[in-house]
Amino acid sequence: MMEPVITQDVQTELDRHAKKPVYIHLETTNGAYASHFDETFFSSGAYIRNAQLEYEHGKITGNGPFRVGLKTAIGWVYAEGITHFEKDGTGRLLLAGHDFSGKLAVALQISETPFE
Amino acid sequence: MEKERHVLVIFPHPDDEAFGVSGTIATHVQNGTPVTYACLTLGEMGRNMGNPPFANRETLSKIRKKELQDAAEVMGIQDLRMLGYRDKTIEFEDDDKLTNELAAIIDEVQPSLIITFYPGYSVHPDHDATGAAVVRAVRNMPANDRPKLQCVAFSRNCEEEIGQADIVNEVSAVAHIKIAAIKAHLSQTQLMAKEMEEQLKKQDPQVMARVHNERFWTYPL
Repeated sequence: MMEPVITQDVQTELDRHAKKPVYIHLETTNGAYASHFDETFFSSGAYIRNAQLEYEHGKITGNGPFRVGLKTAIGWVYAEGITHFEKDGTGRLLLAGHDFSGKLAVALQISETPFE
Repeated sequence: MEKERHVLVIFPHPDDEAFGVSGTIATHVQNGTPVTYACLTLGEMGRNMGNPPFANRETLSKIRKKELQDAAEVMGIQDLRMLGYRDKTIEFEDDDKLTNELAAIIDEVQPSLIITFYPGYSVHPDHDATGAAVVRAVRNMPANDRPKLQCVAFSRNCEEEIGQADIVNEVSAVAHIKIAAIKAHLSQTQLMAKEMEEQLKKQDPQVMARVHNERFWTYPL
């Protein structure tokens, strides 16, 4: 189950996946209905599933909601607004930012095997 | 409501049928009409994870699959097909592939009525893309063989541009089934369903009208 972030636990998992080929799920979303419910709202989001990369180091920072950055040999991956984490049964690190009503706004997930 | 030979419902997400169509589906089932529901995705990209969370991005699809099966059972649907597309990607799929897959289902099921979303007036890109693919598949059929095509629309501008719904199904006789179908999609509807049920008990006229009347637009083929 997703739990509120414990930075030390997340850091341990970020370290464990470093310097190995991993698959990344990265997502931001305000929901497909945001502009339908509020016409002044500018709807945006981005999604990448199963990007293959290897990062040199990863770091979680902030006081909550948290920020997580992965430094690769020639670039970066980062997410902000992270509130929850889970090391799931297959050893994947699932990170997400949930708003106050429990809706997902951002996700960063790291796995050594492809996501389904 | 006219008796149909076979109804084919085509939507992209589990729960797309719940609020606007489940009463119509239940009525067809009670009339002895077989109903096939083709659902393109498992709503993998849903945002509601709960507080505290009951799901994560990777488990949500499994939860919603079960909810879809439960809702189908509540409505009495015996032919539920999950087509295995991914939530929020329908508009980016190969158009011909999608059209052909839906055409094959239509050809197999031989429906007298298809229910889907009205392309261009259904807010979510998956809704519009699904409706557009259904329209393409039906237009490819010889005119005499085409089933009726009735669409759900709910964008802000829909009535201005396509007029009032020409079909309104009064479904109060199966309202209990409708509420149960909405509730089956628990991960998506838990708050809404509870509120709706209470308003129905209080006989709130606006909510009663919304729950008891399901509106469709016949698509001009």
